[in-house]
Amino acid sequence: MTLTNYLVLAAILFTIGAVGVLVRRNAIVVFMCVELMLNSANLTLVTFARANGTVDGQVMAFFVMVVAAAEVVVGLAIIMSIYRTRRSASVDDANLLKY
Amino acid sequence: MSLLAAAAPVHLGTGEAVVFWILGPIALAGALGMVFSRNAVHSALFLVNTMLSLGVFYVVQQAPFLGAVQIIVYTGAIMILFLFVLMLVGRDSSDSVVETLRGQRVAAILLGIGFAGLVGAGIARATQHLPAPGVEKAQQGSGNIPAIAELLFTRYLLAFEVTSALLITAAVGAMVLAHTEREPGSRQTQKELSRARFLNNPRPQTLPGPGVFARGNSVALPALLPDGTVSEESFATGLEPQEVEEMPRPTGRAELGTPDDALGTLDPAPLDGGHR
Repeated sequence: MTLTNYLVLAAILFTIGAVGVLVRRNAIVVFMCVELMLNSANLTLVTFARANGTVDGQVMAFFVMVVAAAEVVVGLAIIMSIYRTRRSASVDDANLLKY
Repeated sequence: MSLLAAAAPVHLGTGEAVVFWILGPIALAGALGMVFSRNAVHSALFLVNTMLSLGVFYVVQQAPFLGAVQIIVYTGAIMILFLFVLMLVGRDSSDSVVETLRGQRVAAILLGIGFAGLVGAGIARATQHLPAPGVEKAQQGSGNIPAIAELLFTRYLLAFEVTSALLITAAVGAMVLAHTEREPGSRQTQKELSRARFLNNPRPQTLPGPGVFARGNSVALPALLPDGTVSEESFATGLEPQEVEEMPRPTGRAELGTPDDALGTLDPAPLDGGHR
């Protein structure tokens, strides 16, 4: 068991999140998958902070969390307003720009 | 640096390995469950599972502050926000199984497996001898939170201040997006609402609740009308209505005796010298 285990776990979690973004249609679940990707990046940052012997990586992870919180708030508000006008939370239904 | 790297251990302790091999599969299962569960609420709960495991990983990896922030902010605040929006949008807005692009799901899963294989193998090969000196030296014996605070308010001060601007922008943006403009004077008075309800509605009173006169009061049980038939107005949305079993009815006063006998209560009431 080395630090590699954490990094590989983070890579797998990131991949699952990316596949979820591609596969799922519900906008809220897509957002959750984005959160999972951000979280796995945080795990990588914390692991490399430990490998480097500094806390800079932890500060970076902290900033990622702040940005993620702001992103979730705005994103969910956008989903709400789309749902109000189009009565659907599916990302396939928000296709007005296509026509 | 090379001296430090040579002195630092590559292999981690047994306790940490135990934590990793217990919580790592749980985190993975949570992530997979989130992607593959049809119900969005289940997805949210699976994601909470994964995030809690990651919080424990932070604590184990000498970042107790981040672990606490992870649990409080992510699993506490952000996931509750997700659940709020899920409940507002409607739980039954589940995924459509229609593929807009044909074969896209299979392609995405294959791409994911390939990506995970490539990145995982690359990372495993590149970092297999990565030393783990730990962050004690950087903390200088003052603990994790003072070390983070020192960096945050010296080297990353500008980023910290920009973060405050980002947060206030996000808050204002969310309020603007979630706000609905209403014409002044367009709000209906109570009198108008009451008229609308009684004039245009074929059923002004409330719908029958579930399980009335039936043996259970679950939402899946429709109400029974006094003649024993099922009231279709009491069907819950999104649920298969179940068979209802009727309550036994009193057949006659003489057979039942006292109310306690009829209900089968334990303590018999003192008889008042009636017909028994």
